[in-house]
Amino acid sequence: MKIIACIKQVPDSEAKVKAENGQVSWGESPLVINPFDEYAVEGALQQKEATNGTVTALCIGLESAKETLKHALAMGADDAVLISDAALNALDTQGAARVLAASINKIGGVDLVVFGRQSLDDGSGVTAAQTARLLGWPMLGLAGQIKVQEGSAQVARVIEEGRQIAHANLPAVLSVVQSIGEPRYPSFMGIRKASKAVIPIWSLKDLGINAPAPIVTRTELVTPPSRDVACEIITGDGPAQIAETLAEKILAEKVL
Amino acid sequence: MKTFVYIDHFKGQAQAASWEALGAAKSFGSAIAIIFGSGLDALAKTAFEFGADEVLLADDSALTDYRAEAFASTLSALASSQSPDLILFPTTTRTREMAAMLAMDLNTGILVDITALSIEGDQFVATRPIYEGKLFEKISCNTKPAIATLRARAFPRPAQDSSHGGTATKVEAKADSPTTVESYEVAESIVSLTDSSVVVSGGRGVSNNPSLTPPSGMDDKQAEIWRAHQGFKLVGDLASVLGGAVGASRAAVDAGYIPYSNQVGQTGKTVAPDLYIACGISGAIQHIAGIRSAKMVVAINKDPDAPIFKVARYGVVGDLFVIVPALTEAFKKKLGK
Repeated sequence: MKIIACIKQVPDSEAKVKAENGQVSWGESPLVINPFDEYAVEGALQQKEATNGTVTALCIGLESAKETLKHALAMGADDAVLISDAALNALDTQGAARVLAASINKIGGVDLVVFGRQSLDDGSGVTAAQTARLLGWPMLGLAGQIKVQEGSAQVARVIEEGRQIAHANLPAVLSVVQSIGEPRYPSFMGIRKASKAVIPIWSLKDLGINAPAPIVTRTELVTPPSRDVACEIITGDGPAQIAETLAEKILAEKVL
Repeated sequence: MKTFVYIDHFKGQAQAASWEALGAAKSFGSAIAIIFGSGLDALAKTAFEFGADEVLLADDSALTDYRAEAFASTLSALASSQSPDLILFPTTTRTREMAAMLAMDLNTGILVDITALSIEGDQFVATRPIYEGKLFEKISCNTKPAIATLRARAFPRPAQDSSHGGTATKVEAKADSPTTVESYEVAESIVSLTDSSVVVSGGRGVSNNPSLTPPSGMDDKQAEIWRAHQGFKLVGDLASVLGGAVGASRAAVDAGYIPYSNQVGQTGKTVAPDLYIACGISGAIQHIAGIRSAKMVVAINKDPDAPIFKVARYGVVGDLFVIVPALTEAFKKKLGK
């Protein structure tokens, strides 16, 4: 089975992200694989093992995103493709879906495309469904468990109310959530292999498409006001009295 | 200005943020509620009571189960024939998918999980949190209709008026879908984290109660999880007396104490309750980002230097296993429960 894991490079989750001159700044923090996408790679590798298949890691990004693809290779992906083009610097979700769908078509013969639930930076969580719609493939979103057999996939989708068991024929697009299982650590052999890997870079010309016209554009970045609350530490003579005082204070704030 | 508002529901039970979306639509002009499923006359009636000017109802047994493709196609057909200026959704697992597909069908933009929406010139401009709430961005959509999903509790909920009624207009379902739904496993607790006005969360600290002795025959990990479950019972009792939902830190989820669906913060859920009580949570930067919209944070932690106290209005430095049950009792008394 031919599987693609779509991944993105984002600033580390510990980064102190700020707005600086209208741009997002994350200081000295490293760029890493989107933590949600580590689960996508894990889910893809589980299916690779279950079906004796292959996994290709696919990423749209700057040249630096090769490091993120190398992380996927070190985890066990077979190969990787970076889509990079100067014309892609203000991509909205629909544009990203167009570029990914063209890339998936160019790779060809794909059975399963796996996304993470959302990206840590933009956080829209809509690119997987938009890509599925363009490809005309079924979308099985928020899968916590995947079973592939005889050309079809059954997933347990994690929704607000619990789990929905859904089924579709392949090829299909999936997004996965954390219950898929903890992402494996890169192995020593995997890291060696990844360090030597030559990752092809495809431009829009290679994909045979024009730069998608931006529809949604950012007009302003706003730093949220810092939560300037003075914490009042409640003390008292024993837990019952502390609890009593705290409950009174909370009720007096009329937030309930 | 004509706005479609998709009323998201599970088996006829609306996600409350659907009504908030209806209220937002009314502030721009006429609001047309869109309801898909089967046997939903009661939901249509409720939509009128929350202020819908019109209800378009695709009531078809083929739409009993949500499937993104069928729901998106049904809505695309309606949008193409009626040309709304704006299509609003509450942000839920379902709407992220169907709104995403709808945007492709209509070749328009989607503004996801927004916390404010206005009109500037002839464009819709939305505010939304990015980087897990560490920043906000303003974005505009230069095509019509604009599609937006609204974050739960970010927009005021309109009053329900039982004297406001109407007759729903039946519309056609486009039920073709490549996915089939086989079954459901519905969770016991249905108090939704993102929708709740009170959230009580536990962290890694919930497993550290020294006064408990795990049943014999457990290995260390089993004993730790058993201790954690006792701890989360206390958290759950407090949540229950306040009518709230139970949340957890990533550390507690990673340690296997509680399902990840309860996780608040980075890689989990962003919550916006009126009251957030953090029990045994140190307050990692990602967790703090996830609770930024909470109106008031209360922290209970034995470490006086825990970062959670920096965002808390009230704090107790102490043993959560003693303080949390005492607080539950205090609220029981004061709330007459």
